[in-house]
Amino acid sequence: MYAALWRVLPGPWWLRTLILLILAAAIVYALFFYVFPVVAVWITPEEVTVQ
Amino acid sequence: MPGTGGQSDATESVRPDSNDAPSRRGRARPRRKVSVIGVLGELLLTGGVVVLLFVGWQLWIGDQISAARNIAEAQALAEQWQETPPPSSPAPSSPSPSSTATADPVAPPAPTEPVISTEPRDGEVFGIMYVPRFGNDFAVRMGGGVSRTRTLDTIGIGHYPGTQMPGEVGNFAVAAHRTGFGGAPFYLMDELRVGDPIVVETADGWYTYIFRTLEYVRPTAVDVLSAVPQDTLTGVGGRYLTMTSCSPRHTIAERIIAYSVFDSFRPRAEGPPAGIPATAGT
Repeated sequence: MYAALWRVLPGPWWLRTLILLILAAAIVYALFFYVFPVVAVWITPEEVTVQ
Repeated sequence: MPGTGGQSDATESVRPDSNDAPSRRGRARPRRKVSVIGVLGELLLTGGVVVLLFVGWQLWIGDQISAARNIAEAQALAEQWQETPPPSSPAPSSPSPSSTATADPVAPPAPTEPVISTEPRDGEVFGIMYVPRFGNDFAVRMGGGVSRTRTLDTIGIGHYPGTQMPGEVGNFAVAAHRTGFGGAPFYLMDELRVGDPIVVETADGWYTYIFRTLEYVRPTAVDVLSAVPQDTLTGVGGRYLTMTSCSPRHTIAERIIAYSVFDSFRPRAEGPPAGIPATAGT
């Protein structure tokens, strides 16, 4: 999977590395700001009220 | 891989036999076959990294992100209040003598009678809480109700419906997360010390409470919300602030309760009390 991704990318090795780093950063950003906040509500039950 | 390989084949080759292409490339650059197990393994590794990222986000990074957002939103709201004070807020009683008196918060000989606002609707933002002990720039918006989706996760601090409002005789009871989500406003609740100011800003002004004591209770101890906290007979007379959150951190086993008593009120015209992030003053 990742080997195929490496072959698909154009350019010399440093350009491919750069592209992959940018791609990874974008994915992490999306996870932190969009995916995790939604998922967390379902995963961690946190009750702060008395009832 | 298929794109570039296919194109070169089409331009140079007269043979339409596509089976040839992989073998020629295979000679030029040896290549492993893509196996189901291999792809599955890579997916599992990726999933493991994502889970680790989530743990890091849950324990630390997410709180930082949310806390920064809380402060920005609270500042925007405070500036909005300062620029357009509500029509109903001329200082209600004797502003000129009290302005000198309230300059010294320790000895208020002529305290200004606080303005009592009406109870907010569920999910309606009505105030901002400042707790210098939690950080000099600590500022979190307060909303009506204590539902997670409408208030605690999205606004920050929630007001227990049916309890009193800031400055009112009785118990102004609020809840917020200790970890995660709304920026973990009450993360440092056990760091509060006797005498710490806790300031609630509304459109009408600033209500200062003084922290008195902590308590750890079971989640069913609803008497912490009584007009006199922990008094099921609901006595009258005092003005209290009760903050509830979860304890220990990251669990739902117990609740940590912080009690404070009302100290003073400053109408909007007089400006914020000393030590409170003075977005209003600028």
